[in-house]
Amino acid sequence: MAVKQIVMGLNGDEAVAWAVKQSNVDFVAAYPITPQTLIVERFSEFVANGEVKTEFVTVESEHSALSACIGAAVVGARAFTATAANGLALMWEIVYIASSLRLPIVMAIVNRALSGPICIHCDHGDSMGCRDSGWIQMYCEDSQEVYDTVIQAFRIGEHPDVQLPVMVMLDGFVLSHTLQNVSILPDEVVSEFVGYRKPIEIEVPYLGKVPMILDPDNPLTFGPLDLYDYYYEHKMQQHDAMEKARPVIKQINEEYYKISGRKYGDGFIDCYGLEDADIATIVLGSTAGTVRSVVKKLRSKGLKVGVLRLRTFRPFPAKEIVEALKDVKVIGVLDRCGPFGGFGAPVFLETRAAFYDETKRPLIVNYVYGLGGRDMHPALIKEVYDDLFKILETKRIEKPVKFIGVRE
Amino acid sequence: MSELKGWREVPIAGICWKLSTEFKTGDWRTFKPVIDQNKCVKCLTCWIYCPDEAVEWDGEKVTINYDFCKGCGICANECPVKAIEMVLE
Repeated sequence: MAVKQIVMGLNGDEAVAWAVKQSNVDFVAAYPITPQTLIVERFSEFVANGEVKTEFVTVESEHSALSACIGAAVVGARAFTATAANGLALMWEIVYIASSLRLPIVMAIVNRALSGPICIHCDHGDSMGCRDSGWIQMYCEDSQEVYDTVIQAFRIGEHPDVQLPVMVMLDGFVLSHTLQNVSILPDEVVSEFVGYRKPIEIEVPYLGKVPMILDPDNPLTFGPLDLYDYYYEHKMQQHDAMEKARPVIKQINEEYYKISGRKYGDGFIDCYGLEDADIATIVLGSTAGTVRSVVKKLRSKGLKVGVLRLRTFRPFPAKEIVEALKDVKVIGVLDRCGPFGGFGAPVFLETRAAFYDETKRPLIVNYVYGLGGRDMHPALIKEVYDDLFKILETKRIEKPVKFIGVRE
Repeated sequence: MSELKGWREVPIAGICWKLSTEFKTGDWRTFKPVIDQNKCVKCLTCWIYCPDEAVEWDGEKVTINYDFCKGCGICANECPVKAIEMVLE
């Protein structure tokens, strides 16, 4: 039974701050960057007002923010940070270190275009750049989902089988600065759901079983040199953890549904109109809502169209996508990320690869859109579906990658 | 390297299954510091400066732990009475 919740007018950044406030977070270090700034501002207010017991550390850069989170997480704290675009780029080295040290840090990424030219508006180029950094990546459609996903992220990352950091993505400005009604769970319900971080146990011959934390009484060495004889084995363990995260993401999605009454598809994909669809699009983030409204209109005219919103991008739900779209004839993959020099943009590439082994393969095309915050309005989405209908008719792909909404 | 372990056997996150003190790093050294106990005034300046905690003080005598001293020579450089000499290994 879902519990009674209060509805608050929050923007996406505030939704993050509220989720962190309620999730028994021990440590936050962050450096402000548009459009992530409000997360840090709101959270520092909670700290100043004594509403949380969190240790809040202001740092001089994002590189230090994530480094400080690593330091906290390695002694057993639940740590959180948030950034965007250039801030994430400055963190780069530490992003990989967090995942390889297997620290379940949660980081909100407010998606923003990477410079240059310098731009503060939304696209997914920042987080897509680190899609193979060993972090779980979840993309949210609205501020409610942002709130819900940040809470879930602590449970997912800290699961004993997983022990990986989690990035929760929200679209810059579209979500981060836009007011929305967000249902907030009671503090004690969230607190009980997320509990407190319990470090896993590790066995080393000289100590036996000890908690996997830095502790002078049970000395462990974190982050030593690792050469060709063991580096590969440690990378294999990270891959294994990603595979083990799959059932956990689904399980937490269901568990959260029980307390909140909200769930997001199976935790990985969220389908609409796919039961009988000949044509479907795949989309991430806030654009999904606009696409769904276009699909509703088209379906009301009797057109067999649908949309699959990809919520979890890492680990990539290849099987789930193939199963959901197995009877679809043409798929348009919407990517808010440039493909510079590649065969296509990231979601498109993974989707095409996922279908390669299938005997019945749909035609799959890529639509790049919305770079630097360029609006993806209903008329443009309608153009995409019109184009997909043309491909369905001719059964021919003239250009696998198209750029939507750019002026000629 | 003796028996190499598989990825399921080693601790995650690259955590060592041996104490770092089992890895003797003193063989990186080219010059070794030798203390002239007659000159030493037991000021412990070398003990403070040693970046590897390889200078040991037992309450009576200053000695060098050659298992971990890498021969950087900072102790010899800092010694106010020049009691430490760097000797080619």
